[in-house]
Amino acid sequence: MFLTDPFFWEIVVSGLLAGVMYSLVALGFVLIFKASGIFNFAQGVFALFAALTLVGFQTGQVPFAHLLSWITGTSIHTWGSGMPTLVAIVFALLVMIGLAWLVVRIVLRPLVNQEGIILFMATIGLAFVLEGTGDLMWGANVKALDVGLPQGPSDTIIDATGMFVDKLEISAAVVAVLLVVALTLFSQFTRMGRALRAVADDHQAALSVGISLETIWWIVWSIAGIVALVAGIMWGAKSGVQFSLSLIALKALPVLMLGGFTSIPGAIVGGLIIGVGEKVFELYVGPMIGGATENWFAYMLALLFLLFRPQGLFGEKIIERV
Amino acid sequence: MFYREAGEFKTSYQADQATFPIAFDRWGYCAVVAVAFLVVPFLINPYWEQAIFLPFLVFAMAALGLNILTGYCGQVSLGTGGFMAVGAYACYKLMTAFVWMPMPLVVILAGLCAAAVGIVFGLPSLRIKGFYLAVATLAAQFFLIWLFNKVGWFYNYSATGQINAPERDFLGILVTGPNTRPWATYLFCLSFVFVFAWVARNLTRGRIGRSWMAIRDMDIAAEIIGVNPLMAKLSAFAVSSFYIGMAGAMYFAIWKGAAEGTEAFSIEISFVVLFMVILGGLGSIFGSLVGAAFLTLLPVLFKNVLAVQLGWPTDIAAHLEVILIGALIIFFLIKEPHGIAALWRIIKEKLRLWPFPH
Repeated sequence: MFLTDPFFWEIVVSGLLAGVMYSLVALGFVLIFKASGIFNFAQGVFALFAALTLVGFQTGQVPFAHLLSWITGTSIHTWGSGMPTLVAIVFALLVMIGLAWLVVRIVLRPLVNQEGIILFMATIGLAFVLEGTGDLMWGANVKALDVGLPQGPSDTIIDATGMFVDKLEISAAVVAVLLVVALTLFSQFTRMGRALRAVADDHQAALSVGISLETIWWIVWSIAGIVALVAGIMWGAKSGVQFSLSLIALKALPVLMLGGFTSIPGAIVGGLIIGVGEKVFELYVGPMIGGATENWFAYMLALLFLLFRPQGLFGEKIIERV
Repeated sequence: MFYREAGEFKTSYQADQATFPIAFDRWGYCAVVAVAFLVVPFLINPYWEQAIFLPFLVFAMAALGLNILTGYCGQVSLGTGGFMAVGAYACYKLMTAFVWMPMPLVVILAGLCAAAVGIVFGLPSLRIKGFYLAVATLAAQFFLIWLFNKVGWFYNYSATGQINAPERDFLGILVTGPNTRPWATYLFCLSFVFVFAWVARNLTRGRIGRSWMAIRDMDIAAEIIGVNPLMAKLSAFAVSSFYIGMAGAMYFAIWKGAAEGTEAFSIEISFVVLFMVILGGLGSIFGSLVGAAFLTLLPVLFKNVLAVQLGWPTDIAAHLEVILIGALIIFFLIKEPHGIAALWRIIKEKLRLWPFPH
């Protein structure tokens, strides 16, 4: 019945593509959790901050313009000219890498060996700081982000199948695939990638063979920052750069639960399942129970799933000993 | 010099197990309680009531509840906002359906409703652990809020979807509605927090509290020595949700007077209460109270100093406030990961030796 419904397939495709967007955010979580055992709640705010910085560079805003003008009594808000998109992206990358260094030095180093919950709380504090800093640096208004990605419905797909698919979501899917391939290549075939995997496996053993934990953490947080920038670009291009961008972290959490906190393929597969699941549920069950089920459906799905598999789809088996 | 144990001899087990073994502490505690009950009601004005005392008392109640679950039983929960909403909506339904019901009973029954819901959402904790559980409790948060917004029965089909507390008195004194006196609402909430903090303190050092702590420290080992994990975890969820539900009822009926599901009980509340518990000190009743006081006073202080005293533009002040609160949280976690309660313990240790530290 509904398998022949073209509308059903359109929903599935758009669900898959939305799932890819969730996976982009979830990836950053997984990277950090694997390498340092930290549940980084600030990942969503990282994406927001990265996108804000990118827009700021692109349009040539002066950072902290509002604060500076208030203190000095002047009124300078832009440099006069912006940067080309590519240069802006490079600068935003540098900012994220610098930010990663600051986070590791200031927040993580003093908290080495603390319990997971303390580190989790510290990342929430970090989220507050970044959110405030982002607003103070670049202003709290909604900004449009245009990095030249194709937008709007794709004509070829409409002609061929009659389905309405956004070009932006297709490019997001392509970017996600490239990102995962690049991450896999990096972690499998480079010296640094091997060190990363060693740290993820066993901190102490990695330390004892001479891997610097601090450097590795810096690298991991930088990579997570870069992933956040990619997610920020995609989500920012889709719905504008604004505070609500940081809430996509909440969309990524059930994806993580479903896929397992420590698995990169899990983040992708989990994202796809949840993207499709919530769209289909909203379409067929939503009208019966009042709609707007997207807020909680993913969590309920992940919760039920976890009852049968407490470590998620691809998570490491939890072995408990006394 | 003044804070010392010299000359205090314990002659019974009861004296040895006392909450305040040192006379100085005992007197200090009595003094604080006396000031809270006998002095503050005469000085309180509507601003202090709305901005400081009621938020503190409501959040103290919620933090007590969350501390029982997270600090004593080791189950991290991010569903506090959802359970507070259960308390608030249960309170509203009880107030409108049973007009005669005295307000304290309404609040307690609302807490019991929340406890029932808490048990249901606590069931997964038997299978799911650690951060997986923390994220799973978010399901409660989002699902419950959605439910209260969608099902008209919960808000009596009012056109705005808002719930408004009708006027109710207790012993002839108004405690809800727009015409209350500050001292009445303050004393009502204070009595609740006072009584239930005492209950919590005694629960946590009794048999049930010890079973929670055994589960927290290592659940498999606890199971082997004969603690029933089903009972321990579910009772922790029930008691915790009971407290949080009462906090939600007071939040809605007495402090705010009106509430709208998505706005009032958002995930922000869950995080704020968790912060209170962690900054105050996991596994400490005193810590819950101090944490609640700290995080309710801090924003008020920042607002007053930055925007009112120094005259900064409000948007800059608001952003700075967010940054400062985040930075302070990180600072505290780095300096004292076990919270203000641990800091207080250290101060007391030092005071005992002062002024001859060696």
